[in-house]
Amino acid sequence: MSRITLSNLAHSYLANPKGDDDFALKEMDHVWDDGGAYALLGASGCGKTTLLNIISGLVRPSQGRVLFGDRDVTDAATTERNIAQVFQFPVVYDTMTVRENLAFPLRNRGMDAGYIAKRVNQIAQMIGMEDILSKKARGLTADAKQKISLGRGMVREDVNAILFDEPLTVIDPHMKWELRTQLKSLHREFGHTMIYVTHDQTEALTFADKVVVMHEGRVVQMGTPEELFETPAHTFVGYFIGSPGMNLLDAEISGSEARLQGVSVELGAVYGPTSGRTQIGIRPEYVTVSDEGLPVTVKRVEDVGRHRIVRAELGGQPLNAILPEGMAVPGDNARVAFAPAKINVYANDWRVAPSDIGRGA
Amino acid sequence: MQSRSSAVVMTIYLLFLLIPIYWLINMSLKTNTEITSTFSLWPQTFTLQNYVTILTDPSWYMGYVNSLIYVTLNVVISLTVALPAAYAFSRYNFMGDKHLFFWLLTNRMAPPAVFALPFFQLYSSVGLFDTHIAIALAHCLFNVPLAVWILEGFMRGVPKEIDETAYIDGYSFPKFFVKIFMPLIASGIGVAAFFCFMFSWVELLLSRTLATVNAKSIAATMTRTVSASGMDWGVLAAAGVLTIVPGALVIYFVRNYIAKGFALGRV
Amino acid sequence: MDKTQNNKAWFLVLPVLLLVAFSAVLPLMTVVNYAFNDTFGQNEFFWEGLGWFEDMVSSERLHDALGRQILFSGIILAIQVPLGIFIALNMPKKGFWSSLVLILMALPLLIPFNVVGTIWQIFGRVDIGLLGHTLAAMGVDYNYTNDALDAWITLVVMDVWHWTSLVALLCYAGLQSIPQAYYQAAKIDQATRWSIFRYIELPKMKGVLLIAVLLRFMDSFMIYTEPFVLTGGGPGNSTTFLSIDLAKMATGQFDLGPAAAFSLMYFCVILLISWVFYTVMTNLDREENR
Repeated sequence: MSRITLSNLAHSYLANPKGDDDFALKEMDHVWDDGGAYALLGASGCGKTTLLNIISGLVRPSQGRVLFGDRDVTDAATTERNIAQVFQFPVVYDTMTVRENLAFPLRNRGMDAGYIAKRVNQIAQMIGMEDILSKKARGLTADAKQKISLGRGMVREDVNAILFDEPLTVIDPHMKWELRTQLKSLHREFGHTMIYVTHDQTEALTFADKVVVMHEGRVVQMGTPEELFETPAHTFVGYFIGSPGMNLLDAEISGSEARLQGVSVELGAVYGPTSGRTQIGIRPEYVTVSDEGLPVTVKRVEDVGRHRIVRAELGGQPLNAILPEGMAVPGDNARVAFAPAKINVYANDWRVAPSDIGRGA
Repeated sequence: MQSRSSAVVMTIYLLFLLIPIYWLINMSLKTNTEITSTFSLWPQTFTLQNYVTILTDPSWYMGYVNSLIYVTLNVVISLTVALPAAYAFSRYNFMGDKHLFFWLLTNRMAPPAVFALPFFQLYSSVGLFDTHIAIALAHCLFNVPLAVWILEGFMRGVPKEIDETAYIDGYSFPKFFVKIFMPLIASGIGVAAFFCFMFSWVELLLSRTLATVNAKSIAATMTRTVSASGMDWGVLAAAGVLTIVPGALVIYFVRNYIAKGFALGRV
Repeated sequence: MDKTQNNKAWFLVLPVLLLVAFSAVLPLMTVVNYAFNDTFGQNEFFWEGLGWFEDMVSSERLHDALGRQILFSGIILAIQVPLGIFIALNMPKKGFWSSLVLILMALPLLIPFNVVGTIWQIFGRVDIGLLGHTLAAMGVDYNYTNDALDAWITLVVMDVWHWTSLVALLCYAGLQSIPQAYYQAAKIDQATRWSIFRYIELPKMKGVLLIAVLLRFMDSFMIYTEPFVLTGGGPGNSTTFLSIDLAKMATGQFDLGPAAAFSLMYFCVILLISWVFYTVMTNLDREENR
C-alpha cells in the first residue's frame, strides 16, 4: 500500500505532439493518499482510461513521473508495480475452477499452500461464492464472473493499489448496488488504495472518498462529493454532476450583484472584476419557483417520482428547477428565485473565488 | 519482449514458404538450355519466352479460361443454394435438421477419388461430359457443404430481432433477405466465396476426369508437358506461376478479412 | 440462440438438397451398384454379393496402402498442429506486417494441388532443383525418385509447406478473438508465458484447433494430387496412398467392382471418424454455451 504521486504527468499517443490538442492527457500534478478510495469520473474519451493505464504500467507517459510511495515506477513493468486491476468485462480463466481462479495470483507468486487456501476461502466468503468454489468458471453468469474478477483483485494483501476500470458495466442494476456496497466495505476492511474509473456519477459519488473529475484530458476538479456538488470548480463539473446539472446563465458581475438580462440578482459574496465569458451557476435544487423574482417561460414539467423537474427558459437560456413534492405546478409564466449563497461565478468556464470583503468594487 | 524472437521465427517460416515459389519463378524466366545445363540462383539469360508460349497457344491459355469459368460458376451456384439453407439452419428447428446438417458435412469429407468414376458415368449419360457446368456441379459436392457451414456460423451472429423488426416493417422474406440480411453478413459471404474459389481452383482429380478438350482445366493441361525433346521445364514453371496469380489476387482483395475469415465465423 | 420450430424451413434447404442429391447421392448409388455386381460393359451386371468386399478386405495391397495412409496422416498431424500453433503465436498481431504475413502465408493454400506437386518436383530434383542440388552439394545422398525414405521426407515436407499455414491461420483467428484485457490481467497476476498459453490462449483456440485437426486429418487422408505429381506413388509402391491406389484401380485398370467396394469402405472409415469429430465438436459447443 502506498501513496501515489503523479508529478508533471502528461501523455500523448502521437510521437511528436504539437499543440495542447495532441495530448490525450494534459499536464497534471497530483498526490493520491495511501488508503484512499478515489473515483476517476468523466465522459468517454476524457482520458481517464489512459490515466489508469499509466498508473498500472500498461502505458508509459510521454512526460512526467509516477511514484508509488517514494519509489519512481515510471519505467517499471506492470508486474513489478504490485497492483491489482479489475477490467470492464470479466476476465476469468475459463478452464479453471473458481478456487483456482482466486488462487492464481497467489500461486504465481509462490505463496505457501496453507496461506492460499485460507485466503481464498476468506475472499470467497466476502464475494459470496464459497458454495461454488469447485465449479468451473466457464458456466457462470457474467455477474458471477465479474465477482470472481473482483475477488482476484482483492486476494493479494500487499498490493500497492487496486484499479477498477468501469467494473460494473456488464452487471445487472440490482447487482450493481450490491457489488458497490461490497467494494465499499472491503475498502473499509482492508484499507487498500483504490482507484475506480467510471462514467456513472452515482457510482463515483457513492464509492469514493474523493472524486477526480476529468474533462478533455484534464483533471478539472478533485474533491469530496459534497465539494463537487456545492462548489464545482469548472462548468463541466457543474453540468456533469447532478441530475439535471447546474444551470449556467450569462451574466455581468459587479461586486455582490449579478445582472441577468437587465435584472439584478443578489450574490452571496463579493467578486472582483472578471474577464472573458462570465456566467453564474446555480443548481436546480436551489432554484425556487415562486411569485417573485425573475420571470421565466415554463416549457414542460417532468415527474421523476420523488420530485418534479421544471424545464423553463430565462431570456432564451434554459433553466431547470426542482419542485419538491406537494408544490403546485406553475403556470406558463412563473417567477423564480435563487438562493444567493449557492450561486457560483464562472469566468471562461473556471470558477471565480469570491474576493475578500472590502476589496470588491 | 517476445518480438525479436517472433521476428526470427516468422522470417524462417516465410523463407521456407517463399523459397520454393521463388525457385519456380526463377525457372520460369530461364531458357530450357540454361535450366538443364547450368545451375544458377537467378536467370543468367533472362527470357519471357516461356510466358509468351503459354499466352499465345490456345491449348495453354484456354486452360486458364476454362478453369476461371467453372470456378466462377461453382462459386455462384454454391452461394446461391447455400445462402437460404444456411439461413434455415441458423434460424429454425425443423424435422431432421441435425441429421441433414451432418449429412451435408460428410460430403465435404468424401474422398473425390471415390466419386471420380461415378461422376464420369453420370455426366456422360446426361450429356454434360466435358462441359464447364459439369465440373462446377461436381465441385459443389465439397463446396456447398462448406459454404453452408461457414455462412451458418456468420448468420448465427446476427441477432434474430433484426429479422423480426424487418417483418414488422412490412418486408417480404425475399426482400428482407437480399436488402437487409445479406449486407449484414457481407463479410461472411466474402469468406465463403473465398473458400469456394480456393477449393475449386486447386482441385485436379475431378476436373481432369470430367473434361477432355472443351472444358479442360489448366491443372489438367499442366500434367502433360512432356514434348518430344523431353520435359519442357521452363514452360511448366511459367504455367505454374500463372496459376498462382489468380489466387494471389483473390488473397489481396480479401486481405482484411483473412484473419476473420479463417475463424469461419465460429470464434 | 433460441431457434423457432418451423418445418417450412425445409423449402429453404431444398435447393441444397437437390443439388447435393444430384452430385452425391446418384454417384454414390452407382458406386454401390458396382460394389455388389460384376460388369463387362454394356450395362450388364452380375450379382457378386460381398465378393468384392471380401477380396478387398483380404487384399495385401490395400492393407499396405492403408498402413501407409495412417502413418502419413499421423506424421502430418504430429508436425503441422504443434508447428501451426507455434507459428500462430509468433505472428505479428496488427499493422502492416500482420497483413503482409497473412497474405504470404495464405499463398501456398491457393496454389493448385498439382502445381504444389510440380513446385516440389522441380525444387527437389538433384539436377535442376535448389533443394536437391544443395543437398547433393553438401554430400547428402538424396534422390526422391529412387529412395523410398527420401520420397517420404519430400512428401511430408511438401505437405508441411502446403498446409501448415492453414492450421496457423485458424489458430491465429482464435488468438485474435482474445481481448487485450486477458493479457493485461495475466501480467498483473504474474502469470508465466506457459500459464498464459495454457489458461488463456489454448482454451480460446480449442474450437478452431478441432476444426484444423479435422480438416487436416481428412485432407491428408484423401491426399491424391500432390504425391501423384511428385512421385506417382513410387518408388515402387512406397508412396501409394489410398486415393492413388483407388484411382489406379478405377481409372487405370478399370477394375470397377473392387474399386467400388474399396471406395465404399474408404468412405465409411472417413464417415466414422468425421462422426466422432462432429460429436465431440457439438458437445463442446454445447458446453461452451451452457
